[in-house]
Parts: sequence; structure tokens; C-alpha cells
Amino acid sequence: MNMQTTTRLTAAEAALIEAFNNQIGELPGDGAVIAIRDRLLDDLKTSGLPTRRVEAWHYTDLKTLLRAVPAQAGDAGSDSRDPLVEGSAVLSVIQGRPDHKARAGDLVLSSYAEQLSNGSAANGLGALDKDDAVGRINGSFVRDGYVIDVPAETVLEEPLEIQFVHAGGQTHTRLPVSIGSAVKGTVIERHLSVASDAALVSHVSDVTVGEGSEVTWIIVQQQGADDTHLGQIRIDLGANAKLKLFVINAGGQLVRQELHIKVTGEGADLTLRGINLLGADTHTDVTMVLGHNVPHTGSTEIIRNVVFDRAKGVFQGMIRVAPDAQKTDAKMACNTLLMSDDAEFSVKPELEIFADDVQCGHGATVADIDHNHLYYLMARGIPENKARAMLVNAFVAEIVEELEDEALVEALEGVISAWLEKHA
Amino acid sequence: MLEIKNLHARIAEDGTEIIKGLNLTVKAGEVAAIMGPNGSGKSTLSYILSGRDDYEVTEGEILYNGESILELDPAERASKGIFLAFQYPVEIPGVATMQFLKVAMNEQRKARGEEELKTPDFMRLVKDAAAKLQINTEMLKRPLNVGFSGGEKKRAEILQMALLEPQLCILDETDSGLDIDALKIVADGVNALRSPDRATIVITHYQRLLDYIVPDTVHVLYKGQIIKSGDKTLAHDLEANGYADIIGAAA
Repeated sequence: MNMQTTTRLTAAEAALIEAFNNQIGELPGDGAVIAIRDRLLDDLKTSGLPTRRVEAWHYTDLKTLLRAVPAQAGDAGSDSRDPLVEGSAVLSVIQGRPDHKARAGDLVLSSYAEQLSNGSAANGLGALDKDDAVGRINGSFVRDGYVIDVPAETVLEEPLEIQFVHAGGQTHTRLPVSIGSAVKGTVIERHLSVASDAALVSHVSDVTVGEGSEVTWIIVQQQGADDTHLGQIRIDLGANAKLKLFVINAGGQLVRQELHIKVTGEGADLTLRGINLLGADTHTDVTMVLGHNVPHTGSTEIIRNVVFDRAKGVFQGMIRVAPDAQKTDAKMACNTLLMSDDAEFSVKPELEIFADDVQCGHGATVADIDHNHLYYLMARGIPENKARAMLVNAFVAEIVEELEDEALVEALEGVISAWLEKHA
Repeated sequence: MLEIKNLHARIAEDGTEIIKGLNLTVKAGEVAAIMGPNGSGKSTLSYILSGRDDYEVTEGEILYNGESILELDPAERASKGIFLAFQYPVEIPGVATMQFLKVAMNEQRKARGEEELKTPDFMRLVKDAAAKLQINTEMLKRPLNVGFSGGEKKRAEILQMALLEPQLCILDETDSGLDIDALKIVADGVNALRSPDRATIVITHYQRLLDYIVPDTVHVLYKGQIIKSGDKTLAHDLEANGYADIIGAAA
């Protein structure tokens, strides 16, 4: 019998394919890159966007949730913004276009468009696996981005803020960053919208952290109320490297931020902290896949969520401990404050442990504002709405304070309180 | 200043009646002590005065400066000058003590239509008040009440009272958990706030606190009612003879 499968495309899927066909002549890339793009698009055509039947997308049915796809972003002039932390070095990507004349201290910058054209970007352009819809969309459409080399022993005195400024429309960007050994510094990857037009943003950061480096990487997502943000960071953590990875979601309509982390050097340590501030009818998903691949590595993950209105949130946290990754020490926690009866948060912690001498644990809590705390603050004359905001702020501020750097803490607390003032 | 008339109140959740026809009047300038055995409704009364919504008033009236406060939430009552020093102050991680003090003072000022405090003025007020209560300012850098000892928590309550300058102070078992030195410091703090336009209600189990905060009136609360009132000698009688005689006489 002749089996025929016809996948009916949704409007969004059809629009993505049409957008690709419209751009095909302009997208940079040599033969190898073109072959990868074609394959990625073919995969998109045949399997479509993932549905809840795909385990990795069970709580974020992209096929249903992604309703429309805007046209490609125009040039429409928008400028870079003041950095979150005063004095930061700033690299801007405006409407998906980096400024290739920009300089940032001793960092070696090159153009991702150029690497696509000469084919050196081919390795790494593809999707991570068959369920990697973010990588697939980004790999199909990406045209440009900064490629950053941080030479060994560089000390960044001030944070480096790479800001992706959107004003509606589609943008697809990449950020390969190679951090040498014994580097110290802070990188802020910031996505923000400056217009109310709907945007579809896909972005992949591809980061290697060299031996003995101590890096803080902060992803701040402040997209607009109608925007779709599909973000991914791929990290390779080398021997004795210490990475503090902070993720703050404070915007967007449909958000998926994936964290794919491989701990590949002995003695490496990861601190992941996430804050999700969710309101209105938004859907936000943070998905982590963390591999402890070698012995003697550690990680802690704490995700704090505050959910208002009818917002839905998801945290999927997968920790894989490879068979020879003995003495792994990993602890994961996900704490949620539900601020309304219609708010939802789904948590899926997963531990896959193939080594026998490890310490791994996870925990999750869901609560609303502590009634006794609220009463205490009100009994001192603090009106209810203000008292609630203080308590919500306290719930997430605990995480931010771990950053210790005063300027950073202040900047992130500013992001949080600005969001709370608007939404709470 | 405070008139409680035939007050009946119950626990909102299960309907258990705790206050059963309570009458009490406290005048401006007066320090009134409320004593009574365990479970007589002393703490409940303090919560009801502060506006805690775990309790429902089913009958009667609470007049504060001649106006009913039953419809006001705790924040509104506080900004009108009602202050409850808690028996068990809660720890609130993530809320810095100084920030809390500043927000509370300024919100009350805002509610009364006064200017907000400037930071240097605020700092000076806190420093002075803390020094009087022998509170280490290092303690105020911690999150609110977090890691404070029992005595530190009580002193922090009195510090808040001194800074907020309420008209009606309610002290719920402020002596519990205090050693004699701390008790003196706290009592000095309370006495410093005594004034002709301020009334204080001191809720306590023991006569001991009343040696330091000498009351003008003493009231015995039992099963949700005031069953006897008198002057400070009543507290001494209770200390000597216990509650049994008074309860027997009232029954």
C-alpha cells in the first residue's frame, strides 16, 4: 500500500516557508551553508513546527502558539540604547544588523555574515537534534551577527553589553563567542523592543568558556507585548571554568529560551539563576539541558517565577550525568509565586544519572504571597498593592543579590522593579 | 481615643467566636494594661484592632477618635496612627530592614498628606532612635527580622513604633522572651513615647512588665470579655492571688 503523509501547514508555517523563498537570493552563504539551510527548511516543511507530542515541546506547543509571522524587519532607524550598567562597552545589533565598524577594547570582532559567505560558519549552523526547532528556524534564516574572540587572560573591567534592538518584523541573529583561558568578565546579552509592532526574533549564542575563566553571562529579555522570542544559548564549559549564567525574562508574548550547556572540563562549575516575570496572556518557556560530561564538576540551578493574570510559564530542567562523570554535584530548584487564580506554571525537572558516585537533587515549590508577610507590611501603613510589590520583589531580589557586583545588582533590580510597576 | 462597644468577633475560617461582648475605653494619655489567662482573647483583640482579616467582627463597634475603623484595612489604620507591636514579628527574607522602614514612614506620611522624608533626614532619625534602644545599626542592614534574636525582634518593633510615632500603641506580650536588661531598654523606649495625646495598650501575662511600664488602668480579659477593671493595684492582686478569684466572682 502506498502511504502518503500530507502535513497540513499552519498559517505561520506557510509564512515562514514563504519568507524563506522570498529571501533565498539575499541570504549570505557558500555552497556548504546553502546545503545546510536547504536541509533545515526541508525539515521544517516535512515535520512542521513542534507540537505537544514532541516531548521537548510538551508544554509549549509551538505549532498552535505561533499564530502569525511578521514580514522581515525593515531598516527603520532605531538607535542603540543606554546600557543597563553605566560604563559598559556596548555592541549593538539593530534590527538584526550589527555594526561591523564597532570596536570593543581588546576583543577581536568579526562578521558572521562573512563567515556564512566563506563557509566557515557551516560547522555549528545546523540544528542540535531533530527537535531543535529554534536552531532550525535560526539556521535557516540567520544572516548576521558579531563573532567575538576574547583573548586568553583578558580582564573585562566593565561589562560588555551586546544589545539586540528590535522594532518589529523578523530578525534572526547569531553570536558565536569564544572565550580564551583565564578570562574574567561579564557579558550582558540583552534583547529589547523599541516599537509596538509585532516581532519574531530568533537568536542563538554559541559560547565556549576556556580553562580557568570566570565569566558572568546575563541574558535580559525585554521584548514587546506582541513579540515572539526564540532564544538559545549553547555553552561549552572548560576545565576549572566558572560560569554564572543569569536569565531574566521580562517581556515578550511567546518566549522560549533554551539553555544547552555542556560541562566538558574537570573542575568546572556552573551557577544558573533564572527569573521569569510573567503577566497578561503571555507564554514563556525556559528549557535547560545540562550535561555533566566529566568527573568533578558542579552546578546549581535556581529558577524563580512570578506569574500574574492569565500568564503561563514553563521550566524544563534536564541534568544528564555521563557514566564517567563521578563526583558530580548538582542541585536544581524552581520556586513559583502564583499571583492570580488563572496563572499557570509547569515544572519538569529531569535527572538522567549514569554515574554512581554523584550528588544530584531537585525541588520545586509553588505558592502565593505569604499572608502573614503581607499583613505585617500593611500593619506598618504600607498599602496592599505596594506591599505585594515589595514581597514579589523580595522573592526575586534574593537571586539577584547573589551577583554581588553592586552595579549589576542595581541594574537588574531596576529591570525587575520597572516590570513590576508596569504589570503588578 | 479608643472605644470598644459590645464587640463580638470570630475566626473567619472556622467561625469560632473569640471575643464575646467586649467593652473597653482608653483615653488619650492613658496606659491601659490588659491581662488575662492563656486563651482569653488578648492577642485576638490586638489583631482585630490592627485590622487582620483572619477575624470577622460580627457585632459591636470599634471607635477610634470617634470614628468607626471596622471598614479600614491594616494599612489605613496604621496611617491613622494605630500601631501593633507584635508578639511574634515575622521574618521577611529579601526585604531590607532600612528600605522597609523608609517605605513605611513615607507611605504613612503620604497618606496624611505630608512631605516624604529625604534620605539624610531618614538616616538621622533611624540612627538616633536605634541608639536609644541600643540597636546595632549592623542589624538594620539585614533583611527584615531575619536572623534577629527574640530580643532583637522586640527591640526592632519598638524602633518601628518610635519612628512611626503612632497615636495608639498596642504592645502584644512585648515582654515575652526578654531578659531583664532587654526588658528595661524596651520599657524605657515605650515610656519615652508616653504623651498626653498618645494612648497605649499593654497586653501581658505578667505583672513584671508593669513594674517598668506603669499602667493607669488594668483590665482583666477572660473568655472574650473584660470581667474586671481597676488601677495598677489590680495587677498586683493578680500577681499575688492569680485569676481564680476574679473569674469566680465574675461567673
